[in-house]
Amino acid sequence: MNEAAKPPGAGVRVLSDGQALSQLVWLGVVLGAVGLVGSLALSSGQGAQLYFSWLVAYLYFLSIALGALFFVLCLFVCRAGWAVVFRRVVENVMATLPVFALLFVPIWIGRHELYSWTDAAEVAKNPVLRGKSGYLNESFFLLRAIFYLASWSGLALYFSSQSQKQDQTGEERITRRLSAVAAPGIIVFSLTLTFAAVDWLMSLDPEWYSTMFGVYYFSGSILAAFAFVVVAIAFIHSRGQLRGVVTVEHVHDLGKLLFAFTVFWTYIAFCQYFLIWYGNLPEETSYFMRRSEGSWPAIGKTLMVGHFVIPFFFLMPRAVKRSAPLLVAAALWLLAMHFMDIYWCVMPVHLEHGARFGALDATTVLTVGGFFLAAFGWVSSRRALVPMRDPRLAESLSFENV
Amino acid sequence: MSLVVPALPPGETFGLLAEFGSPKELYHGCERVRDAGYKRWDAHSPFPIHGLDHAMGLGRSRLPYVTLFFGLCGAVGGFTLQIWANGIAYPIQVSGKPIFNWQPYMPVTFELGVLLAAISTVVGMLAFNRLPMLFHPLFGTRAFEKVTDDGFFISIEAWDPKFNPIETERFLKQIGATNVELVARDGGRVVEGRGSSEAGASQDAKAR
Repeated sequence: MNEAAKPPGAGVRVLSDGQALSQLVWLGVVLGAVGLVGSLALSSGQGAQLYFSWLVAYLYFLSIALGALFFVLCLFVCRAGWAVVFRRVVENVMATLPVFALLFVPIWIGRHELYSWTDAAEVAKNPVLRGKSGYLNESFFLLRAIFYLASWSGLALYFSSQSQKQDQTGEERITRRLSAVAAPGIIVFSLTLTFAAVDWLMSLDPEWYSTMFGVYYFSGSILAAFAFVVVAIAFIHSRGQLRGVVTVEHVHDLGKLLFAFTVFWTYIAFCQYFLIWYGNLPEETSYFMRRSEGSWPAIGKTLMVGHFVIPFFFLMPRAVKRSAPLLVAAALWLLAMHFMDIYWCVMPVHLEHGARFGALDATTVLTVGGFFLAAFGWVSSRRALVPMRDPRLAESLSFENV
Repeated sequence: MSLVVPALPPGETFGLLAEFGSPKELYHGCERVRDAGYKRWDAHSPFPIHGLDHAMGLGRSRLPYVTLFFGLCGAVGGFTLQIWANGIAYPIQVSGKPIFNWQPYMPVTFELGVLLAAISTVVGMLAFNRLPMLFHPLFGTRAFEKVTDDGFFISIEAWDPKFNPIETERFLKQIGATNVELVARDGGRVVEGRGSSEAGASQDAKAR
């Protein structure tokens, strides 16, 4: 075929072949299988540790997928033009959400190890738990979990498949329809995420409560999603795809979002801590009392410095956000800090005398992370890496920071 | 704002105003002026032209450093103010909390950091743009009225080291200016033979 005979957009098509990510499927499946076998082999005699480690790994990777879902919904609500060239990558992260419905099963199996409110004897002698039993009971818990996972999977699959459909038909009204659905979608998302954070994380300590807890989990998840997308784009570039399509201009703006949501996480985390510290009420301070034993305070301080001070000043200069290696380094750092944050939320309930990172933590991360990566690679390899016929593609391709 | 940089050239002459026929000609004109090494000059257009800053050779703004400096000043100042007031000058123990604590001082520290950063950004932006400037010599010329409608202009100011009324006017004509006139500092037209070799230039402008 000579140059003149190429259809418009052919260059983009060549540069956006999702096949480059198909190796991720095998890598992910192998890692996941190794992790699963390892977890099962190591779990004999320490069932509780297995379930707590699983919960950390599950909530960690789930937060990345949920952050991606929110990002996609936001892009449609705002009718964003700049992000179209890499929106498919975010959609692919989001499209892993149905896998998390399956990965939830161990949490349901391990509910008696994880959640003390599932113990009928405990509830009978504790008036606080008795009072909450209308909400915190096993059947309602399961019902709600099914509802959350179904809503997220439904939203993710709907947006993902409609966007893919537009690749074939090029219909403009798909974009309009998705914009209209995204607004109520954000309401559903924010409510389900808040309640899920309360159910799965906050109820680990059933007497304690914080009205900021849902948005705390959200602030970490959207940050982790931006960080993961930055890393994913760098990986795709290294496979020779999306080069010249997703440019330094788009990555620069992702860097700005990463910077902004570092501050947002800090704001939320501090607000939660500050109000509890000021009020000084026993039923609220128990959360931080529990985390003042052994090595937990050191982890809390590491989060203050590592999750805020370092990335805040590191990401501030424009030159860092426009340099791929530096921005990827910051994103990887924040992904590690986000893991520490989730660990800090979950683990003190189980390990009261300080953090103890064991082999089960590694194998559960391998399992959940492996299947997450495999799903991401599988979705990516089945379609173009760019929404080919999105009406705002041209705008996005020529996007430049002022 | 003349506190930072003197806003206008010191002499009688403000500089030369050159009109261009289209955004494209203005863009390429800017590239030529930039490459010729002029420093004190500006481009004027009824609407923003993408990439004109590159054509003009403008660097990055220094404004972010102003914002960072004053933001840090606000945060540090806010923190020390509270430590001094509540901990040293007039210590009050509130609800059994220790006197020296970082937690209760964070909201004001944060807010003062943001406040000073925001105010200094606005003030700094005005200062770098030499604003507020209630009158500009270019407003006195008839030709410049078109700048809000369909006129595209380059003005080279008289205090540019490379400025020479005759040479610069010739240069501007050479790079495609349709009309060049010398503008006085008080906004009038400089007439008496100082480089304006075409006395009929303003009539030309009126005729069009």
